[in-house]
Amino acid sequence: MSGASEPVTATRRRVVVTGVGLRSPAGNDVDTMWSTLLEGRAMAAPIEAWSTAEHPVKYACEVRDFDPVERFGHKEARRIDRAGQLGVAAAGDAVISAFGEGGPIGAGIDPARCGVVGGTGIGGLATLEEQIGVYLERGPTRVSPLLVPMMMANATAGLIGIEWRLNGPNLCVATACAAGSNSIGEAARLVREGAADVMVAGGTEASITPVATAAFWRMGALTSNPDPLVASRPFDAARDGFVMGEGAAFLVLVAREAALARGATIWGEILGYGRTCDAYHITAPPDGGAGAAACMLAALDDAGLEPAAVGHVNAHGTSTPLNDAAEAAAVTKVFGARGVPVTSAKGVTGHLVGAAGAVEAVASLLALRHGQVPPTANYEAAEEGVEIDVVAGAPRPLAAAPVVSNSFGFGGHNATLVLGAA
Amino acid sequence: MNRDQVLEVLSEAIVSVIGCDPAAVTPEAHLADDLEADSLALVEVIMAVEDKLDITVPEEELKDVRTVGDALDVLQGKLPASP
Repeated sequence: MSGASEPVTATRRRVVVTGVGLRSPAGNDVDTMWSTLLEGRAMAAPIEAWSTAEHPVKYACEVRDFDPVERFGHKEARRIDRAGQLGVAAAGDAVISAFGEGGPIGAGIDPARCGVVGGTGIGGLATLEEQIGVYLERGPTRVSPLLVPMMMANATAGLIGIEWRLNGPNLCVATACAAGSNSIGEAARLVREGAADVMVAGGTEASITPVATAAFWRMGALTSNPDPLVASRPFDAARDGFVMGEGAAFLVLVAREAALARGATIWGEILGYGRTCDAYHITAPPDGGAGAAACMLAALDDAGLEPAAVGHVNAHGTSTPLNDAAEAAAVTKVFGARGVPVTSAKGVTGHLVGAAGAVEAVASLLALRHGQVPPTANYEAAEEGVEIDVVAGAPRPLAAAPVVSNSFGFGGHNATLVLGAA
Repeated sequence: MNRDQVLEVLSEAIVSVIGCDPAAVTPEAHLADDLEADSLALVEVIMAVEDKLDITVPEEELKDVRTVGDALDVLQGKLPASP
């Protein structure tokens, strides 16, 4: 049966994760990232991609040991922006871990029933910046014919579809720092509702560029801490901004019954998904985090769970004064004072913008798999009056209870996933 | 500049864009079928050659280019005649 003729039904299918892949500042595979998160080791380091001699920002969380020519070959590597390279590489690992080298088609699945939701905050920014320089210096006849397909935000989703020949729904979600979680949530809905049987979903970002880094710095979003190793400190009273990060993570989402029938390895389940908008300010959250609280409650309602059933919160926790204050207030509103353990990966990874929610969804699944909540790097103490239970110093043992994973984006976009154990 | 010298410049540009074996870049080689160079790659190749030889090749003159030899013909037409 083709995708086009498959009706979207009211039947709610359970959606599970059967593959994961990532490229992150904390490692390029799940085991490396998990051990880095457990150690609570901050990965911020001097920027290697370009000279920071004339730049106020000197360090970031870059992805290391990633060779695009090895992955894509010479010709393709130079036709794909780093955002696409990281995303397609992460998605490829996810697809192979779920289906083997032949992907869904090799496993006999109708390609019209397979799709992609690829999120990003910005898209191929390094290419755009470079080509604007070419235009200004040398004029329009020297602009690369590859600029459009390299810079467009939807390139990653398109490229993943091409690599694995997936003809079903293919979308790009660009909700800034919420894009990774929105992508996974929207893709899970497509599988749940029967619009697709296999969705490759996640986010990618490669915006540690000179101009974008200057722009985030100019808006006051970045930390000015001189020591990279203690700069990203989510929820800590001394936090003063985030550390730029880059990377990608993708999940393979399938209907649970089909996964069980194939004997697939199941990483966990997407139990619920909420999305709301602050409708308040283009970059700042409202005091008290009303939109974030509503989002968590919407996700829990979608999962059919009470807040008390939640084992821990994988927070957005960017280490900016405003985000963490609003999120702490929202968590307290939903779960009560010190009512749930909270962790943020961003003390380790920095802020991966449109990839953050996807990397953190993987971290949440790993926490469920290993029965431990990783610590929040650099957290010492929250401000007086902030009543949240931040996991810090060492991992905390966890019963396999559902995880709430939050992402909030400029624009007022809020996205929450509820993830359950396999 | 004779045809072999132009071929050398063109070959270098093709190898840098496509990453193919330099030995594969012969005048008979078909850009799409033999070298897997699509229209976007050809534009990139010609841009690199334009820079190297300080010439300008209008896009419309590339539309009938199928082989490396076809590209050579177009490029040679833009260069001052060899002595």
